[in-house]
Amino acid sequence: MIALERVGVGLGGRPVLEDVTLRVPAGDWTTLIGANGAGKTTLLRAVAGVTGYSGTIAVAGREPRRLPAPERARLAAIVWQSPLLPLDMTVRDYVLLGRTPHLGMLGRPGAGDAAAVADAIGRLDLGPLAARRLGALSGGERQRAALARALAQEAAVLLLDEPTTALDVGRQQEVLELVCQLRAERRLTVLGAMHDLTLAGQYADQLALLDGGRLVRHGPPAAVLTAELIARHYRARVEVVELGGSPVVLPVRPELVA
Amino acid sequence: MSAATIRAGAATAAAGPGEGGLTWRWLAAGVLALVAALLAGLAFGPAGIPPTALLGDLVAQLPLVHGQSRLSALESAVLWELRAPRVVLGALVGATLATAGGAYQAVFRNPLADPYLLGAAAGAGLGATIAIVYVGVVPLPIAAFLGATAAVGGAYLLGRSVGDGRNTATLILAGVAMAAFLTAVQTLVLQQDTENVRAIYSWLLGRLSTSGWREVLLVLPYAVFSIVVVLAHRRLLDVLRVGDDEATGLGVRVGRVRLLVIGAATLGTAAAVAVSGLIGFVGIVIPHAVRLLAGSSYRIVLPLSMLFGAAFLVVADVIARTALSPAELPIGVVTACIGAPFFVVVLRTAAGSAA
Repeated sequence: MIALERVGVGLGGRPVLEDVTLRVPAGDWTTLIGANGAGKTTLLRAVAGVTGYSGTIAVAGREPRRLPAPERARLAAIVWQSPLLPLDMTVRDYVLLGRTPHLGMLGRPGAGDAAAVADAIGRLDLGPLAARRLGALSGGERQRAALARALAQEAAVLLLDEPTTALDVGRQQEVLELVCQLRAERRLTVLGAMHDLTLAGQYADQLALLDGGRLVRHGPPAAVLTAELIARHYRARVEVVELGGSPVVLPVRPELVA
Repeated sequence: MSAATIRAGAATAAAGPGEGGLTWRWLAAGVLALVAALLAGLAFGPAGIPPTALLGDLVAQLPLVHGQSRLSALESAVLWELRAPRVVLGALVGATLATAGGAYQAVFRNPLADPYLLGAAAGAGLGATIAIVYVGVVPLPIAAFLGATAAVGGAYLLGRSVGDGRNTATLILAGVAMAAFLTAVQTLVLQQDTENVRAIYSWLLGRLSTSGWREVLLVLPYAVFSIVVVLAHRRLLDVLRVGDDEATGLGVRVGRVRLLVIGAATLGTAAAVAVSGLIGFVGIVIPHAVRLLAGSSYRIVLPLSMLFGAAFLVVADVIARTALSPAELPIGVVTACIGAPFFVVVLRTAAGSAA
């Protein structure tokens, strides 16, 4: 579904992403991990067509940057790490923005768009909040509104840039479970980026570890989440234990262990 | 933040199927305000025309109605050759400036933006000064129009050549630089010829003066074009509120939308300035008042700014004509004098209902 071939991105003359080759099969969930500045967000931006790149990217067999902007947006929807929220916009109007690529330059939203918006709002339990302003929502509710907007876009590919960073652990699980359900129901392909390694391993089929803009390891969670790899690429001291078939990454403070 | 609370209530009431857009109530209020302002503009003036006779004459002008006008030939001429063109010009200029102001605020995501942000005022000022000082070289409206469009075009190219064209801050700075430079040149030209200071100063303060329907016909095509293009983009301007990157992710060609809307707003502003001088305050106070009272979506702000901007400037002109009659106040002074307190009242009302 998503195929990157020797993709590179430079920002201000500095390479941020170099020579990344990665495949995400249709219906799969792949999560990018890596330290701050490893290139996770840049990779997602390149796939979304928001950033220029070298090499080739194919989404559903088509190169995003060669497509007209609305068509590209119908192919892949992105949930941004820190979305810019117009605080006095209502939740319903905000979710309606997701219909933009389906409306054309000067089109008006019709019944189909209203249905897609209502569906996305219902799916994320935002019904009672639909007429509220974004500024009156809590962090978790805002995150759900951002997800609803991406859902209303009805793209086959969902790009998630750290969708749970601002949330408490309960909300994090809620959002990730929801993505998991939606993926099954709508046959979405998900490419995400996450900092919480344990959660990343629990929800993704594949993990891709980036360091310094390069892809250093790609595989099922158990193969990527090893104490040795994390120590090397995050410069972190961790221990990895297994729980229910999925690795759990525990930070370690040596002074306390000794 | 306070202002928004009113809106939350309004939005709840207004939320139709799927969209919290413009409500019929506000649209009707805007149309009524404009009609009332136009009638007031026709009714008031130095030559006392009785209101009933005025209404009778208006009705008689309607198609299919064979009413008898009770106006004398002179009164009819005063009405249709003096007052009507001026009232219509005021409405056109007010609608254009207020819509352009709303458009600039949307494109730059900056509540302080007004139609003169990219140097339109300075460019028009220089053009007008040259036309006044070197009489006969080029007619004043054309000089002002060319000055305004050239200044904004120059600022746009300058901003693009420095930044990558996506950074609006660079564009605004280019506009500031352009305005400063053109104002300096204007001052220089003025210094050479102090006799004309008074004429130039009076132009700078804005005035709606007409000779028949000439000015109206001059500004009409630009005003219509500008307003139609800006209004057609009202939904996309709402999308721009989430930022350039996110709007791009939603399939919007941000650069193209920005160029089109700035271009259209600038043409309208340049035409308005060419016939009426620099009328301040309309472009910033009207969109904000609409935003505070009716809602912040550009589907609401832009059409209502057009209606209320037109009504506001017509009323301001009535005051300018009658307050110190037979002398006439500069309309720019009037818009600021009634605009500023009015805006404070709107702000306080909004803050009060939020508390």
